[in-house]
Amino acid sequence: MKALTEKEVEKMLMEHADSLPDVILEDLKREALAAGLTAKELETVLGDVLKRTEYAQVEPGEAVGVVAAQSLGEPGTQMTMRTFHYAGAAEMNVTLGLPRIMEIVDARKQPSTPMMTIYLEEDIREDREKAKEIGNMISAISLSDIVEKTETNLLDSSITFRLDTKLMKSRGIKIEDVITRLNKSKIEVPDYSESRIVLKSKTQELRELRKLATKVLGTHLAGIKGIERALVKREKGEYVIFTEGSNLKEVFKIKGVDKRRTKCNDILEIEKVLGIEAARRAIIMEILDTLNEQGLRVDVRHIMLIASAMTVSGTVRSIGRHGISGDKASVLDRAAFEITVDNLLMAGVKGEYEELDGVVKNVIVGQPVRLGTGVVELTMKMDKPKEAAK
Amino acid sequence: MKKTVQHELVPKHELLSKEEAEELLKRYNITRGQLPGILITDPALKGLEVENGDIIKITREDEVTGTSYAYRVVISQI
Repeated sequence: MKALTEKEVEKMLMEHADSLPDVILEDLKREALAAGLTAKELETVLGDVLKRTEYAQVEPGEAVGVVAAQSLGEPGTQMTMRTFHYAGAAEMNVTLGLPRIMEIVDARKQPSTPMMTIYLEEDIREDREKAKEIGNMISAISLSDIVEKTETNLLDSSITFRLDTKLMKSRGIKIEDVITRLNKSKIEVPDYSESRIVLKSKTQELRELRKLATKVLGTHLAGIKGIERALVKREKGEYVIFTEGSNLKEVFKIKGVDKRRTKCNDILEIEKVLGIEAARRAIIMEILDTLNEQGLRVDVRHIMLIASAMTVSGTVRSIGRHGISGDKASVLDRAAFEITVDNLLMAGVKGEYEELDGVVKNVIVGQPVRLGTGVVELTMKMDKPKEAAK
Repeated sequence: MKKTVQHELVPKHELLSKEEAEELLKRYNITRGQLPGILITDPALKGLEVENGDIIKITREDEVTGTSYAYRVVISQI
């Protein structure tokens, strides 16, 4: 018997392409060639692999959701309850551990510490200066950042802002730009020079004056809204920009930014900019990273199930009362989860039906649960034996 | 071809033809309502000409499962 050639091995494996995962097929091909298996030997190996693969598969009727919940819940008890953690020497504030997991699973509108990882295009990846330049360009600057001193004059009800000209020069902000920005937001500037801006209030009240000052100080001048700080760090042989705050859409417009790899930790923002599939992927990655950072190992498949459940409807929905548990079609499911009386009452008012096709509902009414071996129903065709009797 | 979203988080989205869609529903013995949804406004569908009820084939590349296929049906709202 001769050892198989690569083509022959491939041909034999392709017959099972439907029943075996790609990863296993690749492994088999590599190992079969390395060991120089004959057709008969590969046949035996394949038979064994097929049997084991089938054995490893989830059985019909298995309560995968419950298993996923347990698998994530148990390590969750081991996680830090501490919200903040300083990631490395760069002093970046990032929410980690249990609070972060809760944030993802609850699909919060905005993470408590939004963050972006900005990668650069291939040609400038190793250029520190260029990376710094982009970092500077994107971090948002409002008027309050360039104001050194605020003087309030009650006599003629005016406010004078003394400007930090050095900072303005380094960020390339001209006084004219500032004035046009202010005019755009309908603020009149009666008097200004290179290093100061004078504003006048119509009323004499100190409160009004202060209000005006806060409003003016918040005026966005340059950079991208929402990005508070940018840090350049070297990672795996290239310069990467980490930011506090995130704004994917605007950052994608910047020249030199790698639009393929740049990402943020705001799941809902990813959903908006990149779509539901990207959001699903992001949920998986974020949960996995948070767990791994704590030294916990949870099989991805459990997390994949959670992420898929959160994204079935086409939008990201939270796990909980306001999300996938609260919208369940079944009355008893909702009642068993939270606010029992309200749910039962409302169902009664609306005249809802209960099909009793789930786990919780059958436990409540005291029927066998349709789960595991319980999913199977035996039916008998009554006419067959009769025919045979004839 | 129109511009589509290119990002490592976004897997390949393809539009199934009418025949392919029917074949898929028959193979798994399901209706459109049983498939997960994708909004017609989804950014990943940019460049594909889709309408409600179309089925999108998604090719997911994963380190554990290798290449796997998922299907979503185009919906206008949740």
